[in-house]
Amino acid sequence: MEPENKDDILVKAEHLSKFFQISKKAVLKAVDDVSFDIKRGETVGLVGESGCGKSTVGRCLIQLYTPDQGKIIYDGKEIKGLTSAERLSFCKKVQMIFQNPYSSLNPRMTVSEIISEGIRIHEKLSEQEKKEYVEELLLKVGLNKEHMSRFPHEFSGGQRQRIGIARALSVKPEFIICDEPISALDVSIQAQVINMLKKFQKEEGLTYLFIAHDLSVVKYISDRIIVMYLGKIVETGGAQEIYKNPMHPYTQSLLSAIPEADPKEAKSKKRIILEGEIPSPINPKPCCRFAKRCRFAAKECFETEPVLREVSPGHKAACLMLDKTIPNM
Amino acid sequence: MKREKILEVRDLEFSFRTYGGVVKSVRNVSFDIYAGETVGIVGESGCGKSVTAQSILKLNPEPPGFFGENSSIKFKGGEIVTKSEKEMRAIRGKDIGFIFQDPMTSLNPTMRIGQQIGEVLKGRTAGREALSRGQIRERVLEILKMVGITDVEKRYRQFPYELSGGMKQRVMIAIALVGNPSLIIADEPTTSLDVTIEAQILELLQSLQEKFHTAIIFITHDLGVIAKLCDRVMVMYGGKIVEKGSVEDIYYQTKHPYTVGLMNSIARLDLDKSVDLKPIEGTPPDLFSPPVGCPFAVRCEHAMNICYRKLPEYFEVSDGHQCMCWLQDERAPGVKLHTQLMDRREG
Repeated sequence: MEPENKDDILVKAEHLSKFFQISKKAVLKAVDDVSFDIKRGETVGLVGESGCGKSTVGRCLIQLYTPDQGKIIYDGKEIKGLTSAERLSFCKKVQMIFQNPYSSLNPRMTVSEIISEGIRIHEKLSEQEKKEYVEELLLKVGLNKEHMSRFPHEFSGGQRQRIGIARALSVKPEFIICDEPISALDVSIQAQVINMLKKFQKEEGLTYLFIAHDLSVVKYISDRIIVMYLGKIVETGGAQEIYKNPMHPYTQSLLSAIPEADPKEAKSKKRIILEGEIPSPINPKPCCRFAKRCRFAAKECFETEPVLREVSPGHKAACLMLDKTIPNM
Repeated sequence: MKREKILEVRDLEFSFRTYGGVVKSVRNVSFDIYAGETVGIVGESGCGKSVTAQSILKLNPEPPGFFGENSSIKFKGGEIVTKSEKEMRAIRGKDIGFIFQDPMTSLNPTMRIGQQIGEVLKGRTAGREALSRGQIRERVLEILKMVGITDVEKRYRQFPYELSGGMKQRVMIAIALVGNPSLIIADEPTTSLDVTIEAQILELLQSLQEKFHTAIIFITHDLGVIAKLCDRVMVMYGGKIVEKGSVEDIYYQTKHPYTVGLMNSIARLDLDKSVDLKPIEGTPPDLFSPPVGCPFAVRCEHAMNICYRKLPEYFEVSDGHQCMCWLQDERAPGVKLHTQLMDRREG
């Protein structure tokens, strides 16, 4: 569904930071001064390697973590100052689908209990109505009503993820945070789940934040992409634009590292292999965090912290060497 | 040029006795591995790819697991199936190396890295050939350098918890390589790693293979990794190899509907959002009581009557390209699976 008003911003994060105090001196800066917005009805992909803070961003948005700095504005209201009634309605509007379908379902609850838990809090339905509603939800996600009284352990990974999706959909949310919903699933099942998410978005006008490390899936499902590295946004822009014209050296190497399912392309493709590994986010120095692994890093990269700059409309990148025209892939 | 055949697997069957009955994980699998080549085994979880790989080294617990009657695995002419645990210990690590999927849990947390790699060499050489402690240490440091670890002297003394995931996987590779094996089995070595680290590890495996001319059996569910790395591919489904052939055969002359289904389910980078992915509907078969006919029949959109009743035989599509599907029979209606796939690709 196309958003009716192009500038209808649903979620806005401003200078969002989340630090974890590890010891007296060590601070882990999981998310460090991150700003972005998500328009109503679009899918925003959030990618990066493990430890880059992408899940923390998701958790801050849904208030599983309280951000240390910055604000989150949902539908025009800052969520920090919500009254308890407003807070309840916020919980109804924003839902989450978790990465691991094995640990995110309570093993001691039946499927119908899992799915109806949210309804019990947010809606007043009779037992009979509730049962019918759960049945309807199960059918919607491709399970059937015989599954209602079963426990999570009786299901395969793909089926469990469907239960998780039914649970998220049960309270008719507006915004769903999908935290790596398919990375634990097999390829053929991944496609089933992706198609399902796309279908629900079309039918109910949902807005997604799709967190993943699999760039090809993110590129496929998203309208816009945010690339994170070590707690910072390094590049953001339209999905096609980022894929065709990546500006940040990190995005370039991330794209080139994707193993393509085509032997001729895979063997001829020039890869930019990053040296080393993602450094520790504990007490980072105020410089470009990618500098150590960057092919183009100059002296200033180790001294100044780059900020996001617009390279073309809607396409921003945080790199000091942008003007020195990075050769494209 | 006749290549040297190092592994010959015939009618491999491996099952597990469980409370629920007997699970037939691998059913009548046959294949050969030649020196210096990379063979990929691709399939979804539960298709039997890991059990196949582990039975080559007899790593599956027996009991509850057991080999089928006619199973035969010949490594350089010697039968593996009947070997004792003691004899197997001499083969593991020395002739055949194994890289496990999860580097986080497959290393011994209480042993220093150097010791752990050196252990492979310790019991291997006896009598006059026995390596001294100093020689082992030298060899370990050398192999650590080779797998791209810097500061080897320091790493030698460290414990696994001090290393990152990618680093641990490099140590796993070092353990697999240190005995100079002629075959390495890599069981999803990059699944738990980030893409950039995955790229590093794949590159490393390729360069090491060129150097040592080791054969690699590479198990994965990622068709992209296979395309990059392998010479030949075997596609497994429901405990059987449903299609095998060269990488080019499998990707460009795809014949089995399951392989086509796998290819269609991937969100390829060049795929537009408006094009729906085409998942394989349904779920894999229950291996407690595998179907009489083709294991894929119930999920197959081209299934015919015979598919449910009789297990298809292997049809030779071209030299070295085999497909276990009734559609290859001359009496079957001609379904142009391959052109469908290409049409999708070109959009």
